[in-house]
Amino acid sequence: MQPFAIVSGSAAPLLAANIDTDVIMPKQFLKGIDRKGLDKGLFFDLRFLESGEPDPGFILNQPAWSEAAFLVVGANFGCGSSREHAVWGLKQVGIRALIGTSFAGIFYDNCQRNGVLAIQLTEDQLKQIAALTSNPATARISVNLPEQTIELADGNVIPFEIDELRKQSLLLGLDAIGTTLQRAEQIRQFEARHLAENPWLV
Amino acid sequence: MHSPRTLYQKHIDSHTVCALDDQGHVLLYIDRQVANEYTSPQAFSGMRDAGRKAWRPSATLAVVDHVNPTAPTRVAAMPDAGGARQVSYFEENCRDFGIELFDVLDKRQGIEHVVAPEQGFILPGMVVAAGDSHTTTYGALGAFGFGIGTSEIEHLLASQTLVYKCLKTMRVTVNGLLGPGVTSKDIIMALIEKIGASGATGYAIEFAGPAISDLSVEARMTICNMAVEAGARGAFMAPDDKVFAYLQRKPRAPQGQLWEQAVATWRGLHSDEGAVFDREVTLDVATLEPMVTWGTSPDQAAPVGGHVPDPAAQPDLILRQGMQRALNYMGLEPGMPLSDVVISHAFIGSCTNARIEDLRDVARVVRGKRVAAHVRAMIVPGSTMVRDQAEDEGLAQIFLDAGFEWRQSGCSMCLAMNDDVLAPGDRCASSTNRNFEGRQGAGARTHLMSPAMVAAAAITGHLTDVRTFALEA
Repeated sequence: MQPFAIVSGSAAPLLAANIDTDVIMPKQFLKGIDRKGLDKGLFFDLRFLESGEPDPGFILNQPAWSEAAFLVVGANFGCGSSREHAVWGLKQVGIRALIGTSFAGIFYDNCQRNGVLAIQLTEDQLKQIAALTSNPATARISVNLPEQTIELADGNVIPFEIDELRKQSLLLGLDAIGTTLQRAEQIRQFEARHLAENPWLV
Repeated sequence: MHSPRTLYQKHIDSHTVCALDDQGHVLLYIDRQVANEYTSPQAFSGMRDAGRKAWRPSATLAVVDHVNPTAPTRVAAMPDAGGARQVSYFEENCRDFGIELFDVLDKRQGIEHVVAPEQGFILPGMVVAAGDSHTTTYGALGAFGFGIGTSEIEHLLASQTLVYKCLKTMRVTVNGLLGPGVTSKDIIMALIEKIGASGATGYAIEFAGPAISDLSVEARMTICNMAVEAGARGAFMAPDDKVFAYLQRKPRAPQGQLWEQAVATWRGLHSDEGAVFDREVTLDVATLEPMVTWGTSPDQAAPVGGHVPDPAAQPDLILRQGMQRALNYMGLEPGMPLSDVVISHAFIGSCTNARIEDLRDVARVVRGKRVAAHVRAMIVPGSTMVRDQAEDEGLAQIFLDAGFEWRQSGCSMCLAMNDDVLAPGDRCASSTNRNFEGRQGAGARTHLMSPAMVAAAAITGHLTDVRTFALEA
């Protein structure tokens, strides 16, 4: 997994509430057995017109945000289906972090497992970031994970909270399975006792 | 002595291998996993690449459900190359990793969350995770189920555990008893409308109260299933005698002495007197009306006797814009009576509402009637066993006589990953769980409601209060 330390780039505001994973990655892109090609599917019905041309009204099709490294998102982003394809697609177009007020639980975990930083702020903080990043001239921000800060184009710095466990895993790009399997013996002992105490689970 | 604990805390305590920090992260042991063909392939590929074996293959049950066709005659072949590749890779993975698979021709095949309970694969007190958000369904059995992504499926296959952050707890007490024609679907839709699509984000919900006790186990599954549409990462209920009676007949439930021992343990699965929840919500359902959605988020719902709301009355700019966008997408005008909304399709199916009791509800509404001439009406049973039972009970003939398509089992038009897809502009009364933009097909419009309400709409051709139908007992 790609480690996350300090990342700078433009941030695209997508502020509608409840943007679901069906909208982020529609069904016709879910038929693979690998992770490839999901950049094409990302926000497909928002990004493209019926003619197949990019919709110039959609923010990621506009020059200031076409290379965005961040999305500034509305409440409950990523709700609905568990499809991790949504996060794979975001990664494949170069999104490194999402900044919002709340994220759906499964989506939030999927981000973490793929090295995409999901930052939760207050509504007021989000409004401050959205106001600046909506303007092409001030759309660039810098996210500093070690310091837990977001630096805005006007020089303001916004701090954010993150669990230490999640932070370390993102900073180091840790393989979660390898880390867990270091406790294999402990899991085995737990399992033996658990199944002995609840023999109908075997 | 423990201080009083919630049911959630009991499940977490009994499944914690070890604490990982002091911020609520634990290594959580998972008793069961259900796998499907579309969210699992990359997890198995990761296992292959790393040369890992499944930790405990018997803990996983694999079912083909998302991509298979539901045409009335069952065939093994998938109609599209992508679906065919997913199914064949799934078969290969299950064989190589020693996991039991119900393929499309298996008599036990169906939607994973219908199949696992009917097999007795899910039992009270279990913690269950699966690569599908509606894994919350299992809460109706007193198991704690939750959805996970593909990376977590791989983690679980490899270690039988997940790195898990403990949730806050919410108790939803449902008082009053439902009137005739009002169902558990209406309870959960009313709750989502009340607390919002993220009202339970970060929470595990425990449902309690007389209205819940009064429901059948299958009706409770509908509630736990859709709790994820309010953001709940898990939702459950203390198991009672109804749950034990439901399970006792199931193929994989424990037998004899082991059954007695299990039930004795399961009787302790309830929140202790005096246990404290982070949030308490109360819902009175004595006067609840059947609910329908008018928008593109499950919380955009109203009683069927109501009207399409006016965005102008919403003071918050973001919410107002969201409502406006939803009404544009849905092709509805503010102030319009919901019962004036004319449909083109009626769909009865999904892990939310395609069990035998749902089909009996539908039969009571449509017996001796005909689907409106302009409506295409489909019934997709939740499992092949449900399909067989409905045929044995004579329900299938009632549906066919009324003009419904009687199809094979699968997820089907709930998410339209197979070939059951609506066209742009189609409007569907649907017994499913999500009315998102494009969910049932790009540009298609979904109105969520109970199976009985879908049946009523199919007959009249527009959204209709099912209570205006004379229901047979």
